[in-house]
Amino acid sequence: MTAVPAVRLTDLRKSFGPLEVLKGVSLEAHEGDVVSILGSSGSGKSTMLRCINMLATPDGGEVAIRGEVIGLTPTRHGMRPADRLQVDRMRSQIGMVFQSFNLWSHMTVLENVIEAPIHVQKRPRAEAVAEAEAILAKVGIADKRNHYPAHLSGGQQQRAAIARALAQRPKVMLFDEPTSALDPELVGEVLRVMRSLAEEGRTMLVVTHEMGFARDVSNKVVFLHKGVVEAQGAPGEVFTNSTSERFRQFLAG
Amino acid sequence: MDFAFLYDTLLTLLPGVPLTLKLAFSAVALGAVLALGLAMMRLSGLRALDWPARVYVFLFRSTPLLVQIFLIYYGLGQFREVRTSWLWPFLREPYWCAVLALTLNTAAYASEIFRGGLLAVPHGQVEAARAAGMSRGLLFRRIVLPVAIRQALPAYGSELILMIKATALASIITLMEVTGLAAKLIAETYRAIEVFIVAGSIYLVLNFVVTRLVLAAERRLTPHLRPAPVAILNDGGAA
Repeated sequence: MTAVPAVRLTDLRKSFGPLEVLKGVSLEAHEGDVVSILGSSGSGKSTMLRCINMLATPDGGEVAIRGEVIGLTPTRHGMRPADRLQVDRMRSQIGMVFQSFNLWSHMTVLENVIEAPIHVQKRPRAEAVAEAEAILAKVGIADKRNHYPAHLSGGQQQRAAIARALAQRPKVMLFDEPTSALDPELVGEVLRVMRSLAEEGRTMLVVTHEMGFARDVSNKVVFLHKGVVEAQGAPGEVFTNSTSERFRQFLAG
Repeated sequence: MDFAFLYDTLLTLLPGVPLTLKLAFSAVALGAVLALGLAMMRLSGLRALDWPARVYVFLFRSTPLLVQIFLIYYGLGQFREVRTSWLWPFLREPYWCAVLALTLNTAAYASEIFRGGLLAVPHGQVEAARAAGMSRGLLFRRIVLPVAIRQALPAYGSELILMIKATALASIITLMEVTGLAAKLIAETYRAIEVFIVAGSIYLVLNFVVTRLVLAAERRLTPHLRPAPVAILNDGGAA
């Protein structure tokens, strides 16, 4: 554990108005870790994930990506990133997959995937296209590359969104309930892709309700309850021996 | 029907078409730039920008275009400051007064159309762009504007048609575009019905072309809103 963690959250705090969503959350994810973040709705798990790439700005605490602390400046209402360029640079190294896919509707699947590599990372177009084709083949939708998102099923859209995140060559991948908006029969295809990414040794933080994924694929489970980490550890440990009454209740449904 | 006279009338009015189009396109082009600025002022969230834009839109949408043309053409010249300024060579020309009035007018309407388009950009798509590391400028250029333009296109097409028709008002300040020529011909011949039928038909044809162009642009820009073409659906495994 001497290596610099890929993601380190220290005493993270965040409120929306009078509602305190995160009450001092600390977390470390190391290179190759697959962290499942569990919790009932309103527990702050999505907010915590969104603080990692500053889609939500924490009011207090610290976010560090591979040892680099993201600078925050106080404002009247809370905090804002001190250096927008630092945030943009950091974001381009973090791939994010959303619950509702959020593919760019006016672009084809291929255009979605090559957008950030070409326009943010300034890589040569030919290289970006070749890499995108390979990624699309990997997630199993190479034949859909010229389709628009609206013409795909939910599962295909989410795999396209995963491809788009992968094309950034991310150091860390964030998944915000990636299967929650899918029809039950489409969940499997997305989870299979995520499992293969985990097996490649990618660093992933996954907010999920998929207990199977948390148990079998991740090497670390974090249970959030009312803005604090209520239980965490290796899935085998946490699922069988957790002393947290709340977590037991959560598992019992 | 005196077809020979109708034909002669057509030949008399057609030379007015270039001026009609010039007025319309200058105003639309300049107005679009102004409208985008106004829409962004409205959406800036800053009172100091939002309110001037609100007042502008209110004034220009709530008064007749004809009154605005009169105010600019007859009104501005009353002020010595205007007459001695560098703008006077333009503002004393009826052509530039008409372009100015049409521009200011269309900008008010178009800014609301653009604002609607910008507001309709799904928040999730903006968030995905931010998460990918796009700067504000890049995000606006690559995601927000393209999506907003597609949303605004149908309403903006109507505005283009309205502008073609609005140029007819320029005839009132001596400009010899289609309607100006028609009015002159009627004064000479007293044959109002035939002349206005021909004039109206010319606008009909112009707007038919505009409609088709907007439709073509819409088809080109929004393949994602149509059902997937069968040819693409069947290319499975072609990778």
